[in-house]
Amino acid sequence: MASISLKNVIKRYGTGKTANQVIHGVNAEIADGEFIVIVGPSGCGKSTLLRMVAGLEEVSGGQISIGGRVVNDLEPSDRDIAMVFQNYALYPHMSVFDNMAYGLKIAKVPLDEIKARVDKAAKILEIGPFLERKPRELSGGQRQRVAMGRAIVRQPQVFLFDEPLSNLDAKLRAQTRLEIQKLHRELGITSLFVTHDQVEAMTLAQRMIVMNGGVMEQFGTPEEVYTRPATTFVASFIGSPPMNLLKNAPDAQAGTITGVRPEHLDITATGWALQVEAVEMLGAERLVYGRWTHSSTDELVIIRTEESHAVPVLGTTIHVTPRPDRIHHFDAATGKRK
Amino acid sequence: MVERNSFLTFLAHAIMILGVAVVAFPLYLAFVASTHTAQEIVQAPMPLLPGGHMWETYSKALIGGGAGAGSTAPVAHMMWVSLVTALVITFGKITISLMSAFAIVYFRFPFKGFFFWAIFITLMLPVEVRIGPTYKVVADLGMLNTYAGLTIPLIASATATFLFRQFFMSVPDELTEAARMDGASPMRFFIDILLPLSKTSIAALFVIQFIYGWNQYLWPLLATTSEDMYPVVVGIKMMVAGGDSQNEWNVVMATALLAMLPPAAVVILMQKWFVKGLVDTEK
Repeated sequence: MASISLKNVIKRYGTGKTANQVIHGVNAEIADGEFIVIVGPSGCGKSTLLRMVAGLEEVSGGQISIGGRVVNDLEPSDRDIAMVFQNYALYPHMSVFDNMAYGLKIAKVPLDEIKARVDKAAKILEIGPFLERKPRELSGGQRQRVAMGRAIVRQPQVFLFDEPLSNLDAKLRAQTRLEIQKLHRELGITSLFVTHDQVEAMTLAQRMIVMNGGVMEQFGTPEEVYTRPATTFVASFIGSPPMNLLKNAPDAQAGTITGVRPEHLDITATGWALQVEAVEMLGAERLVYGRWTHSSTDELVIIRTEESHAVPVLGTTIHVTPRPDRIHHFDAATGKRK
Repeated sequence: MVERNSFLTFLAHAIMILGVAVVAFPLYLAFVASTHTAQEIVQAPMPLLPGGHMWETYSKALIGGGAGAGSTAPVAHMMWVSLVTALVITFGKITISLMSAFAIVYFRFPFKGFFFWAIFITLMLPVEVRIGPTYKVVADLGMLNTYAGLTIPLIASATATFLFRQFFMSVPDELTEAARMDGASPMRFFIDILLPLSKTSIAALFVIQFIYGWNQYLWPLLATTSEDMYPVVVGIKMMVAGGDSQNEWNVVMATALLAMLPPAAVVILMQKWFVKGLVDTEK
């Protein structure tokens, strides 16, 4: 039973008048075995939230439960969790084997059990040949795998990942992403994964928490977050190029922002009139940037077209029609979905 | 781009050789003096080549009981006193500073700021400044002429505390957090992780503090009155009776050379760690 429950979790720094609240009441129920990604821009509080679940930060308000137990006042090592850090946090003077065995040694696990667990984790992560090496003799990707191995041998109820892929190059990142997915399929342990990269979020998450400024804006599957974003922030954060959030679309209502993704705008004979300002060729697709001809606002509309389409000429007027079931409406004042 | 000018190279080497000669010549003279008899040295000019009395002089120094006007205490025992004092001071300083730095960097406790500044201010108080009150306290406690009296007043070190503090602050927080997640208690973290990482700093400090402890002159001079508790540096001074008395200079020189050997040995042995400790940035 390794479900995680966050009830109105609040984080405040300082006390009294100068207190600074950085997390404003996060509520989430995470089922056993789920892979949850917490995603958001820098400074949104995602790492702070993860560290509160880990026990490295104190909870200022609300309750965090792991496996049905309230853990607010428990030390990290008593919460039956394991964490993978952004900078690996491997003990530099110990061999890979000792790094992985350290937590078990402190828990007084018998030596042959330790060896069995380390060997098993090493096999899953393919770091068997490195067991006697020191961390400084390993590459970044290898070190990250050792860090994951250290988490696996603890056989915890929950895995916590704090931006583990941020220090890897793009190719390695994609590779390690697949390895993490494989690991989750094999081990099925509840995982909380923090990242600022929406691609990682979309590919790894079974459900994701989108955070902004300490507020949980949406908690849903990647599909839900992409097709029915709850706020303008979520709409513009997920998806690349970002969703068009238009105040001045023709036939728009006052006080409403019309949202439509670039791939859901088709270039047609009639429809919204735009003057082509720029065209970006990305190989498989093209991005066309246009400005309204009917109003003189600064809004830039992005349209994604396929290569089979004719290339729009700069300066000419084109017409686009949004697909009717793919239009979103948001309240201009609150940003929330109408 | 270093200019390759053979004259400049020659000049550079010449100056350095001159420097070495200036530093080494007095040591050489001391060695020469220790290999002659007292009468041979006193005759002017002093011989510049080693004589044949080396073993005689050194054994007289080590065992004591010569014919000089000053102290004739056996140097062997004084060297032992010096060694014990220096080692106790060194190990004591390192242990105490490690623990203080650990507390200052990793814990929150009441009046932490006050204690930090108190330690810092002691940097402005060398032994000489506090010698009066320290003497009174040690005398009242009956610790004169004891190893305890020689070592305990010198055993705390603000410099070492700060060196370790700076080092501990450079250890990434993530390492501490990973250790916490692994279930390591603070002492466990200290022993299993901080200490091994501090090895080179400890080695550097060992050399510095050993030499400091070995060379202590003023405090032992005050704190000891009997010959069998003199460290060797005090012993050297005691051998020179002053005025026009007939000192056995050869024995004095031999003692001085003997006194230089242990610190030199420590420096040479720890040399590679010493440099590494002061500039180490390995993580």
